[in-house]
Amino acid sequence: MAVDVADPARVARAAQRGAPRMPRWARLRRDRVLLLMMLPGVLYFGIFQYLAQLGNVIAFKDYVPFVGVKDSAWVGFQQFTTLFDDPDFWHAVRNTFELALVQLLFYFPVPLALAMFLFSLTRNWVRKLVVSFVYLPHFISWVVVVGLFVQVLGPSGMVNSLLTNDSHHVVLDVFRDPSWFKPMMLIELVWKDCGWGTIIFLAALYQVDDALYEAAALDGAGWARRTWHVTLPSIRPVIVLLLILRVGDILSVGFDQVMQQRDTFTPAAAEVIDTYVYYHGVQSGQFSIAAVAGLLKGVVAMILVIAANKIAHKLGEQGVYQ
Amino acid sequence: MSGDAARTRPVWLGKPKPAMNAVKAAAVVVILALISIPFWLVFATSVSSDAEVNANGGWSLWPDELDFSAYTNVFKGGTIGHALWVSVLVTGIGTALSLAATTFLAYALSRPNVLAGKPILLAILFTFLFPAGMIPSFLVVTDLKLFDHLAALFVPAMINVFNLVIMRGFFQGIPEELYEAARLDGAGDVRTLFRIVLPLSKAIIAVVGLYYAVGYWNDYFRAMLYTNGGSLNPLSTVLRGFVTAGNNPNAESGLDVTGIAPMKAISALVVIAIVPIAAAFPFLQRYFTKGVMTGAVKS
Repeated sequence: MAVDVADPARVARAAQRGAPRMPRWARLRRDRVLLLMMLPGVLYFGIFQYLAQLGNVIAFKDYVPFVGVKDSAWVGFQQFTTLFDDPDFWHAVRNTFELALVQLLFYFPVPLALAMFLFSLTRNWVRKLVVSFVYLPHFISWVVVVGLFVQVLGPSGMVNSLLTNDSHHVVLDVFRDPSWFKPMMLIELVWKDCGWGTIIFLAALYQVDDALYEAAALDGAGWARRTWHVTLPSIRPVIVLLLILRVGDILSVGFDQVMQQRDTFTPAAAEVIDTYVYYHGVQSGQFSIAAVAGLLKGVVAMILVIAANKIAHKLGEQGVYQ
Repeated sequence: MSGDAARTRPVWLGKPKPAMNAVKAAAVVVILALISIPFWLVFATSVSSDAEVNANGGWSLWPDELDFSAYTNVFKGGTIGHALWVSVLVTGIGTALSLAATTFLAYALSRPNVLAGKPILLAILFTFLFPAGMIPSFLVVTDLKLFDHLAALFVPAMINVFNLVIMRGFFQGIPEELYEAARLDGAGDVRTLFRIVLPLSKAIIAVVGLYYAVGYWNDYFRAMLYTNGGSLNPLSTVLRGFVTAGNNPNAESGLDVTGIAPMKAISALVVIAIVPIAAAFPFLQRYFTKGVMTGAVKS
């Protein structure tokens, strides 16, 4: 499609962004600066995501670091069977799902409840004060958060030394007793992230039309009924959206969090899929088996998100993507 | 819209009951205490004398006398002083690089009808759904000969898809008339970005910059995965070694690096790790809701 040079107005319109159906070379010429701007980012994703994915071939090889990816021998699905025969792997998988379930049931509602509480604070300075306090822990690393918890609840922490004078006897052994692993993971997660988790719920709560509350109140609805019939239905799309994102994260349950505590709780109690991949793959040099575990995890996680999104669509929600 | 917008008590709700007010006030106090006590505890422990910390068994809630030996020891140099320097370097270079690359990419992808813009965006969004795993990332870093280099601590994390998406969303929210006016004045893409778009985008740049800086500052894992440790360990990685060892009385090795009461040394490191974040926090807070919501709405 040639551009009529004689008419300056048309030239200007054609040069404009969004011009209809320019030839490819003309767009390349027009967009060359923008394409140059994209270059570092495109290279980054090309190398560290797409090229990296090719490394997954070692799942079908007997990878020896010294020999390299290309020259290691193909072994078909042998690494898969070795992985499936490893009871440690199944233990990690079970642990991951159990931990995810605990978080979904007991963590997910907490930010919503906290957001509703914050929303109910009608004194602005009080609400602002609390909001700024509860956001902070999210930005602290898991290394530090676990350090803080150890200082308060650890074997030589404040609580334990207040409970007994005998320094060799630990009353609340919450960082080593395996049965405390899941409860501690939950408590730490609530402390660190439930404040930040309120941010989207809070914004959604502000969107609810006050007239709905007023009408409900005039009809005699108390606090509980207003919550059930007005608040929750109004912010349902947001709840569904965050649930889907949570589902996508199920298989990664707090890798950074577990990493700080796996050794003290012992792997028997605290191994999850990602720590299995790190300790068996990178630490013990069984790269191929760890690659299989990582690949399977990635595929299953993707399927979970797609499925959750489909279900959301079926239920008439928007979901994460269309 | 914003999480801290003014909101007054609606008239129809009537007067609050005193009992309810008391319950809410108590809840507020409990929430504030649960968050601040751990912070205060590590700070107080880090500035107490060795004798006091040891007498309590590893903590102090109120220092009898101020003793900054833990900090002077850290800043005197040695392993921890070096690790602090690595952290500062990685956070500085990494944040600058990430912010530049993300801004350019987000801006180019935010303009309509750019050649190959759609497929590139889709390819990038797909990596959010199916990211490269730990082992493939490790292999690519090794193949690029980045293993055990300082660059391995920031290059593999250069662009975060979430940050890219919220920035692109923000750029798209700028009225098209402004782009049009810039174009009529003869401004090219570069000039439009620096003269029109960036001055209007301080909020999103602040938020995304904070996310990146916090990410680099807090990261302990890339040093474990992509380096042999040692002189490339940032503060977080060193601190992790102490925290996981201090956790476990059977592995107290390496705790006397600074030659002071172990829990006091760890507390000082924890405080040093927190201070930069806490210091930047108040300035950036007003942008949070805006930043997060732009991403949620536009993605």
